[in-house]
Amino acid sequence: MATKTFIEAIRETLSDEMRRDESVIVLGEDVGKKGGVFLATDGLWDEFGDDRVIDTPLTESQIVGTSIGAAINGLRPVAEIQFADFIFPAMNQLLSEAARMRYRSNNGFGLPMTIRAPYGGGVHGALYHSQSVEAFFTHVPGLKVIIPSTPRDARGLLRTAIRDEDPVLFFEHKKMYRSVRGDVPDGDYSIPFGKAQVTRPGSNLTIVAYGLMAHYALEAADRVADDGISVEVVDVRSLRPLDKETILGSVRKTGKALVVYEDNRFGGYGAEICATIAEEAFDYLDGPVTRVAGPDVPGVPYNHVLEDWFMVNPDKIEAAVRQLAAY
Amino acid sequence: MAVSDRAATKASETPRRQAQRVTSRRDTKRAAPSIGADVGLSDDDLREMYRLVALSRAVDERMWVLNRAGRIPFVISGQGHEGAQVGITWALRKHHDWVAPFYRSIATCLTFGMTPRDILTAQYATAADPSSGGRQMPGHYGDHANNLVSVSSPVATQILHAVGIALAARIRGTDQVAATFMGEGSSNQGDVHEGLNFAAIHKLPFILVVENNGYAISVPSTKELALPDVAVRASGYGIPGVVVDGADVLACYAAARDAVARARAGEGPTLIEAKVTRLTAHSSDDQQTKYRPAEELEAERSRDPVPHFRERLRDAGVLDDEREAAVLADVKAAVDDATAYAESQPNPDPRTATKWVFAEDWPSEAPPVDWAAEIGFYERIERAGGDGSEASGH
Repeated sequence: MATKTFIEAIRETLSDEMRRDESVIVLGEDVGKKGGVFLATDGLWDEFGDDRVIDTPLTESQIVGTSIGAAINGLRPVAEIQFADFIFPAMNQLLSEAARMRYRSNNGFGLPMTIRAPYGGGVHGALYHSQSVEAFFTHVPGLKVIIPSTPRDARGLLRTAIRDEDPVLFFEHKKMYRSVRGDVPDGDYSIPFGKAQVTRPGSNLTIVAYGLMAHYALEAADRVADDGISVEVVDVRSLRPLDKETILGSVRKTGKALVVYEDNRFGGYGAEICATIAEEAFDYLDGPVTRVAGPDVPGVPYNHVLEDWFMVNPDKIEAAVRQLAAY
Repeated sequence: MAVSDRAATKASETPRRQAQRVTSRRDTKRAAPSIGADVGLSDDDLREMYRLVALSRAVDERMWVLNRAGRIPFVISGQGHEGAQVGITWALRKHHDWVAPFYRSIATCLTFGMTPRDILTAQYATAADPSSGGRQMPGHYGDHANNLVSVSSPVATQILHAVGIALAARIRGTDQVAATFMGEGSSNQGDVHEGLNFAAIHKLPFILVVENNGYAISVPSTKELALPDVAVRASGYGIPGVVVDGADVLACYAAARDAVARARAGEGPTLIEAKVTRLTAHSSDDQQTKYRPAEELEAERSRDPVPHFRERLRDAGVLDDEREAAVLADVKAAVDDATAYAESQPNPDPRTATKWVFAEDWPSEAPPVDWAAEIGFYERIERAGGDGSEASGH
């Protein structure tokens, strides 16, 4: 067991998987000599060379589309989209092709491919380097969507993603790359998809969150504990496939649900969690299913005051917890 | 194509590109003893290629008959494209190379290993349809067993799949070539630029075939392309661009054979543009007389690859009355068999409609209620013997 940063866990998992399986390749913008703009692929080009670590042109559709083809012909591509904000040119390839290939061919074709992308705000990235894009993809059957929040989960879930037989979108909150550290077990362990994790047990109220918000939820839970509010935190981790059982189990126990997500509120991923709770745990609820989410503006503004206004943070979560706990 | 357009095209090409241009031999009627010899094809090869051209046409014509008879709801056709598809696909190695086809690729799919039964079960969308098990519209072919990538409806996306297949072939050292086929309308999509650029950078074993039939549904190529030839774009990627007469099966084969040789030698991609004609409307839901003058449609019949290829083979003595009759009898039997087979195949079971979203099932995501079950849908389908046309209430 060693303590690592979030990005170290990702980098080491990539190199481990490339050593283990020569069908694993990495492709994306600046992933080669530079090692990626966040250095997630640093050192891979030195070790694995041009054939397996491919600097692509600035062509996101090509990055995803050629990954599809490479997956058809025996490779396991791990593509990097430099920022999640830049994934939109690849939407057609992701939604019309990657997501539908197995279904539309009645299991004739499967696509073992992983798309990694840094997402999220709070890093002075403004409108186009801060977005949370998960809801665009969780809406589409055929794509698995993973958002880890700890180095341990990042390693275990990225292993599962690379070894999975279907397309996986693996979103990494860029603010966590170097700010989040944690113990990472040695050895070849992986974490199955479709398993949420209760990261803090509690009895009065459940917070459901993922990514950076899973950390902020724990911080808010800490702050209210002294006032006798016992908060249970569920880290979703696997947005699709979703572990409804763990979420519903927690809400049925606490009777109150607060869903937290960084993306703007309207139609965000958390809305689906809220709907699921309302539909399947209605009889257990002692208060309204509540959300804390980003404001409905078209992006995170740049100026630090505006950015702070936008971002969901422990203060906002704490306020919502106190309000819901008092309901 | 106007003479001046050709001249303009050629002026922009290097001498090497010009040398690679394969000119039409449509008007050549010479009784050479072995017309396939100079491109390395035996008379048996030529007869088999003719069978595939004729079979593709016959399957296609059957689809229209079934559509007009109300047996199948939709047809999208490849009539006029068969010569180019058979000639080019013939140059690829079955069960080794890969093809990412498009919705007019009936002849390509038949040449690469699919059968008339495979094509017609897709028309009927039966459970046995190898392309999709009845999930996709007709024309969306695909067959992993024959290295044919599944087709979708957004056009030109498949170029990147073929490029990715070629990339994997290069990395894995498999000696495979990947080809993709599309119309000239599709060739304007951004994915085509991204794919050609990437394939050219890495000198991938890749071939883009553009079947230019002059129309993107109703829009003539003069409103789709600033130049008459898509092939000239190849020079922008530093790769050869070749124009061939799509009615000239042997010219198409020769162009593809050269492109395959280049690809296997590590010399990179080739763009082949086959000038073809669209003998039918865009689809069974289109009426092309609304936008194509009658004289044009009449004139275009002269570009039909089927009689062109037949006459060429007859002139050369490769086909005679007896052999031609045998081919046509074989074709008719195959199409009749495929029709009867497809007619007899059951619909997909709606209880399987949730299968294969992923390789495995995720019961944790199941909705709390299956409303189809609540309304007794599955039982009604079963009582109706699997035919949902009445049971579903529509």
